[in-house]
Amino acid sequence: MIELVAGNPVQAFVQQVVSGLASGAVYASLALSLVLIYRAMDVANFAQGEMAMFSTFIAYALITGFHLPYLIAFALTIAISFGGGVLIERVVIRPFEGSSVLTLVIVTLALFSIVNGTAGLIWGYVFKTFDSPFQFGAVHFQGLYIGYQDLGIIGVTLVVLALVFVFFRYTKLGLAMRAASLYPEASRLLGVRTGWMLAFGWGISAAVGAVSGMMIAPVVFLDPGFMQPVLLFAFVGAVLGGIESPLGAVVGGVLVGVLLALLGTYVPGGENLRIAMGLVVIVAVLLIKPAGLFGRSEVRRV
Amino acid sequence: MALLELTDVHAGYGAIKALHGVSVSVEPGSIVAILGANGAGKTTTLRSISGMVKSAGRITFDGKEITNHKPEDIARRGIAHVPEGRGTLAQLTVWENLQMGAYVRRDRRRVKQDYDRVMEYFPWMGRRRDQVAALLSGGEQQMLAIGRALMMAPRLLLLDEPSLGLAPIVIREIFEIVGTISKEQDLTVLIVEQNANLALRAAQRAYVLEVGRVVLEGPAAELARHESVRKSYLGQ
Amino acid sequence: MNARVAGFPIYTLVMAGVALIVFIGIPLTTNSFQTFQFANVAAFVIAIVGLNILTGYSGQISLGNGAFMAVGGYTTALLAAKWPLPFIGFVPYGYTIPLAGLVAALLGFLIGIPALRLRGIYLALATFALALAVTPVLNNYDGFTGGHAGVFLKSATPPFGLDLSNDQWLYFMCWAIAAILYVPAFLMLRSRTGRAWMAIRDSETAAVSSGISLAYYKTLAFGISAFYAGIAGSLFVINNAYVDPDSYSLALSLTLLIGLVIGGLANVWGPILGGLLVVWLPYFAEKSAGFRLGPISLGGKPDIEFGIVLILIVFFAPNGLTGLIGRGIRWYRSKRDAGRGAAPLPAPAVLEEATQGGEPSEIIG
Repeated sequence: MIELVAGNPVQAFVQQVVSGLASGAVYASLALSLVLIYRAMDVANFAQGEMAMFSTFIAYALITGFHLPYLIAFALTIAISFGGGVLIERVVIRPFEGSSVLTLVIVTLALFSIVNGTAGLIWGYVFKTFDSPFQFGAVHFQGLYIGYQDLGIIGVTLVVLALVFVFFRYTKLGLAMRAASLYPEASRLLGVRTGWMLAFGWGISAAVGAVSGMMIAPVVFLDPGFMQPVLLFAFVGAVLGGIESPLGAVVGGVLVGVLLALLGTYVPGGENLRIAMGLVVIVAVLLIKPAGLFGRSEVRRV
Repeated sequence: MALLELTDVHAGYGAIKALHGVSVSVEPGSIVAILGANGAGKTTTLRSISGMVKSAGRITFDGKEITNHKPEDIARRGIAHVPEGRGTLAQLTVWENLQMGAYVRRDRRRVKQDYDRVMEYFPWMGRRRDQVAALLSGGEQQMLAIGRALMMAPRLLLLDEPSLGLAPIVIREIFEIVGTISKEQDLTVLIVEQNANLALRAAQRAYVLEVGRVVLEGPAAELARHESVRKSYLGQ
Repeated sequence: MNARVAGFPIYTLVMAGVALIVFIGIPLTTNSFQTFQFANVAAFVIAIVGLNILTGYSGQISLGNGAFMAVGGYTTALLAAKWPLPFIGFVPYGYTIPLAGLVAALLGFLIGIPALRLRGIYLALATFALALAVTPVLNNYDGFTGGHAGVFLKSATPPFGLDLSNDQWLYFMCWAIAAILYVPAFLMLRSRTGRAWMAIRDSETAAVSSGISLAYYKTLAFGISAFYAGIAGSLFVINNAYVDPDSYSLALSLTLLIGLVIGGLANVWGPILGGLLVVWLPYFAEKSAGFRLGPISLGGKPDIEFGIVLILIVFFAPNGLTGLIGRGIRWYRSKRDAGRGAAPLPAPAVLEEATQGGEPSEIIG
């Protein structure tokens, strides 16, 4: 995010907020990925960030290795990520259908390890730069400088989120996926192949995660660990917004982005304390209102 | 030939066996009732048919074996199971619930026709299309479940305790509708009920289950006059 | 095979004897680096025993025990090499070890209190965040912790002029501490406390209605688990004579969990296998750099191997390696008994649940 010094404190504040909105957009999309899977499986996919990281590396390889234009690499990466998500669900997750929470956590952690290790194996641990598709520069507006980078990230994320929303709300398949995720038994009785619905859910999550990774990669350097803090903040956002609510995930992610940006600017040493702050937020939310801002306080079956 | 045939079906949940050799036969176009007290195995019988519970024995639908097939495959063959608790897709709207009923269907024109017919049976659904299903009353949810099942254009309808938790007047209405639908659409219905009275009046044939076994079967009218049925299930 | 000596079956005594010989033989026959690694194994075993109590027995998923190790490790490092106390100066290593445990235990209790309200996946999330927070926090307060550069310690030397190398001494010290710490853990798990933990793990509502205080036992588990982790962290620092914030990444906490699961959850001997595995698998992975799977060299990439082994274990042997060994022993024994004419158990004529699973309420319905 371009941090230009603005003329007065209000302008500086606004710029930080915009910057926070951009990083928040990235957290929001990854948070959405997490929530989609959580709703369907009651398990948080700890490997979501690593999958997004891997997707970003694929994009990197397509651009630098195969010299594809960015837009094509972007679209191809999303398609590959979708397929990868489906594959992972069918091969790795399906055998553990119905297992305990601990088992599923362990499986996703194992996946975390495998994906991380594989990325390191293929691309190494040297930091790489990922070029931004957005031109360098800023919009100059009433004394404010708002970077194209930030605007671009916000714009792309909005488009992706809108597409996902339309898909789930207005298409037959999207409806079936919603039904299968919330009411698997009843859906099966209606002829829905719930197994495949789950697989597609993983596919969509992986695709959205890929966008998240590709958006933030230009800002931080590309290495196998780069999505780990993003994953954490996505979790914080998802918990804050309500881990069962897609809308909540998005709002939560954006809020976290803005809060962190402000923390970094206005609190001394705030940079390093970002993660600690994330921890505090998670614990606070889970203690005060576990369902989050938008969640329902559902009575869970014991 | 019977549309649905259960032959010596055993089924259970882990170590707990619920059915010990149940045989049931359902003729096409008829309404058959399965009666019994709590725990008799009525619900398990339906779940056996729809593939929700692992079973031993033989279950055939339209001559073809469906024992232990996956529920989604059985549903696609034309068996609509309205489970205990109605299986309402609570957070979705009335309209979305009905749409999900038509999920497996390809014939869009027929689907539209079926939808119109469901609206005729349950006019209130048209007015409350966009209402979230969780906000409907028990009776309305039951009707929605039946309407949704109809959207599947099924050949066999399995109803699990439709009267559960409903007021008598609503129950009567529902049974009337089911009877009408069965006649008009030549739909075969298998009802599982604790409320023996209404079930025996709606059905042509009935079975009585006790502890996972069929203890009585025959024409509904005969069973209604049967000594033990009257004592145990009709409160006489 | 049924003969007994002093109340113990011969078989057990022989096994114990072999184990003892191996144990003493290792530092005398292997080189300095390998002895050092075995000392690390002991430290890991201690940490995994702690995690076993928390996750294996009381069912609280923790992805953050690395944080407790960090607290213990830094307690030792700072007291022994950075912040001399008034009158005492630097604290000798030996005394820092229990202190490390206590300080970590304190943090464990503090974490255990909000953790009471967190279930399953939420607890996993919170501890995940805890694990990630360690390194940046340590880096941030660098005035106190020595920051990114870390803290160097002098190598530990054998006391009383014992004729051992530094590594050999550390090996025996670490394993001695591990053995000492095993006893209370073993006793606790066998006692009412252990049963309470398992009751909580299996069903909290059932436990509460049996009169078990969730608050007491759950925070106790956290505190004890943290105590063990703290001591393990302290031993690591002493072994390595160095500590820095990067040592306590998320990977460490995950390593503990992986070792626990592969070794065998809720099994007394699991942590030993787990400790051996997490230290030596990466080592062999490094060595097998020539091991190829098609065009990809799998050597040097312990993450991938760990991940795959973990998934395989969780699927095929949910009780870990100790579970497999246990099954093997039972299989062997049943073969042996069958040969003696004992009737084999009849196969249970039980129908399995469908994948959807039946709820007992269906029987009533």
